[in-house]
Amino acid sequence: MPLSDFQTVIGLEVHAQLLTQSKIFCGCSTAFGAEPNHHTCPVCLGMPGVLPVLNQRVVEYAVRAGLALGCSVKPTSVWSRKNYFYPDLPKGYQITQYDQPICEWGELVIDTPSGEKTVRVRRIHLEEDAGKSVHDASASAGQSLVDLNRAGVPLMEIVSEPDLRDADEAVEYLKALRDVLVYLGVNDGNLEEGSFRCDANVSVMPKGSTTYGQRCELKNLNSFRFLKQAIEYEAARQVDVLESGGKVQQETRLWDVNKGVTRSMRSKEDAHDYRYFPEPDLPPLRVSDALRDSQRQSLPELPRAKRTRFISEYGLPAYDARILTAERPLADFFEACAAHVSDAKKLSNWFLGELSRLLKEEGTPLSALRFTPAQLGELLATVEKGTVSANAAKDVLGEMFRTGRAPADIIAEKGLAQVSDVGAVEAVVDDILAKNAGEVEKYKAGKKSVYGFFVGQVMKAMKGKGNPGLVNELLKKKLGD
Amino acid sequence: MSSTLTDLSMLELGAKLAAREVSSVEATRASLARIAQVDPKVRAFLRVDEAGALKAAEASDARRQAGSPLSALDGVPVGLKDIFLTEGLETTCGSRLLEGFVPPYDATVVRLLKEAGLPLLGKLNMDEFAMGSSNESSAYFPTHNPWDLTRTPGGSSGGSAAAVAAREVFGALGTDTGGSIRQPAGFTNTVGLKPTYGRVSRYGVIAYASSLDQPGPMARTVGDTAALFQLIARHDPLDSTSADVETPDCLTGLEDGVRGLRLGVPREYFSDGMDPEVAGTLRASLEELEKLGATLVDISLPHTKYALATYYLLASSEASSNLARYDGIRYGQRAKDARGLKELYTQTRGQGFGAEVKLRIMLGTYALSAGYYDAYYLRAQKVRTLIREDFTRAFGQVDAIVSPTSPVPAFKLGDKVGDPLSMYLMDVYTLPCNLAGLPGLSVPCGFTQGGLPVGMQLLGRPFDEARLLRIARAFEREHDFFRRAVPV
Ligand SMILES: [Zn+2]
Repeated sequence: MPLSDFQTVIGLEVHAQLLTQSKIFCGCSTAFGAEPNHHTCPVCLGMPGVLPVLNQRVVEYAVRAGLALGCSVKPTSVWSRKNYFYPDLPKGYQITQYDQPICEWGELVIDTPSGEKTVRVRRIHLEEDAGKSVHDASASAGQSLVDLNRAGVPLMEIVSEPDLRDADEAVEYLKALRDVLVYLGVNDGNLEEGSFRCDANVSVMPKGSTTYGQRCELKNLNSFRFLKQAIEYEAARQVDVLESGGKVQQETRLWDVNKGVTRSMRSKEDAHDYRYFPEPDLPPLRVSDALRDSQRQSLPELPRAKRTRFISEYGLPAYDARILTAERPLADFFEACAAHVSDAKKLSNWFLGELSRLLKEEGTPLSALRFTPAQLGELLATVEKGTVSANAAKDVLGEMFRTGRAPADIIAEKGLAQVSDVGAVEAVVDDILAKNAGEVEKYKAGKKSVYGFFVGQVMKAMKGKGNPGLVNELLKKKLGD
Repeated sequence: MSSTLTDLSMLELGAKLAAREVSSVEATRASLARIAQVDPKVRAFLRVDEAGALKAAEASDARRQAGSPLSALDGVPVGLKDIFLTEGLETTCGSRLLEGFVPPYDATVVRLLKEAGLPLLGKLNMDEFAMGSSNESSAYFPTHNPWDLTRTPGGSSGGSAAAVAAREVFGALGTDTGGSIRQPAGFTNTVGLKPTYGRVSRYGVIAYASSLDQPGPMARTVGDTAALFQLIARHDPLDSTSADVETPDCLTGLEDGVRGLRLGVPREYFSDGMDPEVAGTLRASLEELEKLGATLVDISLPHTKYALATYYLLASSEASSNLARYDGIRYGQRAKDARGLKELYTQTRGQGFGAEVKLRIMLGTYALSAGYYDAYYLRAQKVRTLIREDFTRAFGQVDAIVSPTSPVPAFKLGDKVGDPLSMYLMDVYTLPCNLAGLPGLSVPCGFTQGGLPVGMQLLGRPFDEARLLRIARAFEREHDFFRRAVPV
């Protein structure tokens, strides 16, 4: 059977760092990039005698995420210990949630070429991150160093059902999930710094089969591109194995970024026996009705709902709506500006065009914008009225972007206002036509291509400030069209 | 003078300090002299902190001088089981693995004692990581029972019990996971209280079995025990299992007696294995309690026979996980010549842990392993619930439960080494209380013909320590066993 006769089946396990100021079981900072081991205390160092104390903010964030994904939030869940030895695991166990996680059975809707698709979220659980082993050249030969700044950073693991059927769907799911978490303000969505990371469980089965094949777990997928490449490579590899009469072994495989292949990390035989048992140092985690209700009431409009509303409320094309709603600050700013303009599509063009170019080129975050929505509305109205040309308006926006000054001031100072006075324009038109009597003759004789020459001459004489509509209107009138 | 001064109870010394008849420095020097005199024989101390204790005593005297003592026990020197972390003072938990470990912080109870002004004389010997019933699994040396130096003081808080009994310290703190405060108290003619689980903070107490461990006071009199208990019974936000309840008043009403109380006598606790002298002493004590006005009620705790197996499964399981942090990476001893990570782990732990600790780690690892979890750990948890329910039912009928503390008096050093099962049987009366999270107390109730102390155990409802102390005090008032001179 060729590759096309097989169906790929994918489930994702996503680790998202929660955006709390302090760690999950102690008061240490979670800030990224500190000197090694500077954000540590006896608790996260696993000193003898220490005990964990739960950061309540972690619970709020998990409940928030669970509700946004339509999960049921369990009134009582349980902490467990996952036991294994590793130098960057200070206590010799990780505190996590095992058979009784905080949230269960939600869903996330994604777009696919054949329409909307609902992907089931099996569970969301909470856990502490481990530290980091550094096999660094600056250490003495053969030595490894341990940095425990990350030890105890709160993580939320979101596990999907194996509902995804190809790499593009997996990427779509991961993007949609990231958008939701970032919208909620519980995660920064940063794949490069590892605060949003993903493992994929991949298997293949003959098309039409209802029995899943043996799956492999793919690790180290720290970009959307790697996720897509790794799944496609792995599915093809598994088909090859089956085609050549072999059996797919259950194992953990690493995505090798340089070679573009997955390779075996550990097999089922040397899989850990984690010896899970309920964490005796922490009482069961209880989520009160009050906490759940307050989180539910404060849920923001989520990306997908916002996109739908942008289409219906502002009459925007789906393409525009998607880009405008991808990030909450952008969507919020768009809505603030839309309140000051009559044509949302024109506003959208400015957002997708000139504004996004400026943001990108200047590296300015939306939060640091200097001009106000009202000022942008004023600029667009000025263009609408023909006071400035569209080209000149771009310059004005650039200046507003850099200084936050009012558009009217900038237009006045730079003398960008268009001349829309009929008498003034007419005088110039008459002057140009008089000076170019020969060309006028040619035009009247039927050489219509000369028309552009007249426009150019008028505009040049007016230093580009002639109202183009008025210039055209008068030229055509004078030329007898 | 030193001998009479060290014979005082904590409250008596506190009164003399308040009356300025004696200074804390004098009392501390008396203790240090007594330690110098008898500890070479008793061997209760792993470390004496002479300088630290005297400095604290001087500060206490200055407060007394200024009329601003921190507590009724300000200036009364005490000792600590080496399981409590002491900032700047080596803490080994009786293990080679932690040799040289100087903690960067104080356990909450240590902080509370310091805040109450008690000078700390040093760290007391214990079974390694609190695993043992005789102090013989200490990695350093066994402690001897001051009543008979050929015998054990019990364990794992045997160093604390021996030091209190030998008048080296006025009181001490121990921890009780399966009887480690009460059994040594029973062996040494001292009083030991295992508080309700969650009553005293475990923060900074090196963990053996987290769901069972509980720190508690050890002293010569019931009043001292109550006074010390009140200093450490505090809600602690650093311990998530710490109960948010008020600190009890155990001193008011301590002398109220037992008239009208219903005391349960569990038939399962008066079994065949009991030493005849212990049984006789207990029966006489029960009659006395009756004479004092209590009503004895025959009760049954039917799941008692499963307690020992349940306890060792759960305690070992938790221990196997709690002791995983001793990997030689961050503190304590590290194997010198290990090559590679796996060797570092195996050699560090292989060299650092003693036999008893290894035995329990292996037992616990096995019980938690995939395929065995349901049969062992999970089943033990279910039995634990049944044992708890036994007690709940019993306390519907009675106000407290009375039993022997241990089936035998202090046994000879070396007698049970190499026979772990017979050693584990020493805890058979004490450990159901830990499984149920209840408070338990051991109070002296007599001596054998050979002059060995016998302890009586009282078990109570959750957070009912005050009543246990009151019953113990009623009995103590009739005897003054604590006045009996210790031979060492
Ligand atoms: Zn910390």
